Amino acid sequence: MSGQLTIKQLEQKAAEVRRSILIMLEAAGSGHSAGPLDLTDIVTTLYFEIMNLDPKNPEWPERDVFFLSNGHTVPVQYAVMAHRGYFPLEELQTLRKLGSRLQGHPERTKLPGLENTSGPLGCGLSQAAGYAYSLQYLDDAKHRFVYAITGDGELNEGNIWEAAMFAGKYKLSQLIVFVDRNNIQIDGSTEDVMPLEDLHGKWESFGWHVQEIDGHNIESVIDAASMARAITNKPSVIIAHTIPGKGIDFMEYDYRWHGYGKSPNDYTRALKTLRTLNGKITGEHE
Amino acid sequence: MSDYPLNPDLYSDEVKKEPIRAGFGRGLKAAGETNEAIVALCADLTDSTQISVFKEAFPERYIEMGIAEQNLVTVASGLARAGKIPFTSSYAAFSPGRNWEQIRTTIALNDQPVKIIGSHAGVSVGPDGATHQMLEDIALMRVLPNMTVVAPGDSIEAEKATLAIAANGKPSYLRLAREKTPIFSTNDSPFEIGKAYVLRQGHDVSLLGTGTMTYQLLVAAKALEEQGVQAEVVHVPTVKPLDEETILESVRKTGRAVTAEEAQIAAGFGGAIAELLGEKLPTPLLRLGMKDHFGESGKPDELIKHFGLDGQAIAKDIQQFIEKVPRYHQGF
Repeated sequence: MSGQLTIKQLEQKAAEVRRSILIMLEAAGSGHSAGPLDLTDIVTTLYFEIMNLDPKNPEWPERDVFFLSNGHTVPVQYAVMAHRGYFPLEELQTLRKLGSRLQGHPERTKLPGLENTSGPLGCGLSQAAGYAYSLQYLDDAKHRFVYAITGDGELNEGNIWEAAMFAGKYKLSQLIVFVDRNNIQIDGSTEDVMPLEDLHGKWESFGWHVQEIDGHNIESVIDAASMARAITNKPSVIIAHTIPGKGIDFMEYDYRWHGYGKSPNDYTRALKTLRTLNGKITGEHE
Repeated sequence: MSDYPLNPDLYSDEVKKEPIRAGFGRGLKAAGETNEAIVALCADLTDSTQISVFKEAFPERYIEMGIAEQNLVTVASGLARAGKIPFTSSYAAFSPGRNWEQIRTTIALNDQPVKIIGSHAGVSVGPDGATHQMLEDIALMRVLPNMTVVAPGDSIEAEKATLAIAANGKPSYLRLAREKTPIFSTNDSPFEIGKAYVLRQGHDVSLLGTGTMTYQLLVAAKALEEQGVQAEVVHVPTVKPLDEETILESVRKTGRAVTAEEAQIAAGFGGAIAELLGEKLPTPLLRLGMKDHFGESGKPDELIKHFGLDGQAIAKDIQQFIEKVPRYHQGF
């Protein structure tokens, strides 16, 4: 079960997760920085507060499920899962290494607790919609929910809008999607590469209930998810405005950090920055 | 003689014909009757792909997807994660033609038991022309790890194959043809995933066929017999995994192999046999099928003749092949 932590404790947990992400990426020597760091507050809140789950029984039939559509941000999911007790924290060091269960992009068959395999963009939302369809129409399981995260650059993919039409048609009200609206993608600003606005209006016109929140405000994340669960006649999207690289001042807002650091020093510097986040980290630091 | 029960009217002009997809329709309904986990999804082609039979029987387990093949297979992947056995159907040109990467990532790599039904494969689609005549699907699907690839030879076998893939727990591709296809098997004929069947025994050449071309090979073998050539016909409905044992046993005996498919021979069924023989039993090989070109509009039987895939044309090709090349144990 979730929901045991206070907001303050969730914030502290998110700070610990950010620290783990940086350590993982430094050990891996490659991987994405900006997305995992800006999604940390949302993913931490999902796993520690919002979702019904049992880390010791990942296939628990009554669980809520989580589909990560933008698979390149999986370091945040791995880090949160480890902190939540799915597997030992030490295993995070194996990210992207030969023989690891923590593949560079998530593979369901490798790690219990993952619901899907993703990386090539645009197909995680459909998988979440398929699961939500099953809960609503085939399983009579109205108490379970499907949470998904997509990137914003990912919304360039046609498959996303096929899924949006499908979920709208079937009013998949147990499907709750967070869009990581960090405004960056590999080649630059989303609005320069392929404009997404009016994003709110786009989703609305596809038949979705739309909310916009500060993706770093944990209370807002919790409230928006509650509101989404209360909507019973349409799927929900929560456009979460986030700061890419959140928590590391020299990474924030800089699209060049979509990818990975140029040298191990970047991560050492980032960890140092994290430690300056007054009182938010309770663990021991080197 | 072979112990495979063949349709006794096989060589008659009156041989019964039925579209292979009709067998799929019946098979899926039968599978749905015994297994409630089976669900069906279609991209706006319910009647053409015959998934309509299931839809009418189990409307609550049918999901209309609209013309969106990428969503078709990825939603199916999500349904499979929720414990369902999804059958997805469209024309093979669109699925797996358009959505191959989604199949690769969310079904094959993700190892989910989604069934991809590609109807209207091959040139016998006819007047719709090259855009709709899918010829590359065997190649696309057989290179995917975890994927089973089945191309039934007639409607009776398609029914059995549908029931078999419903129960195999694996990602699977079923290749169907549009046109009425002569029925060579019977209700008593065996079908098992991964098995090839000797339909006709002979010692001069092994004719290996998949899908609709097995019938044409049987016709060719009969014509060859009249010229004193004893051809062995091996029906290979499962392209992956290949029944290496049955195929090698036949080729070891005859010393020459011919493959036939209504698809590109490059990387298709002929490609699979060439790989097998190249590694395990180097043998003179003739691959019949589409040779690096697309189809075109025309009547189905006209096209089969135009591309040299009818029994009589095949018999001529095989005759020349036999005259030209030695058996493997004579030449190697």
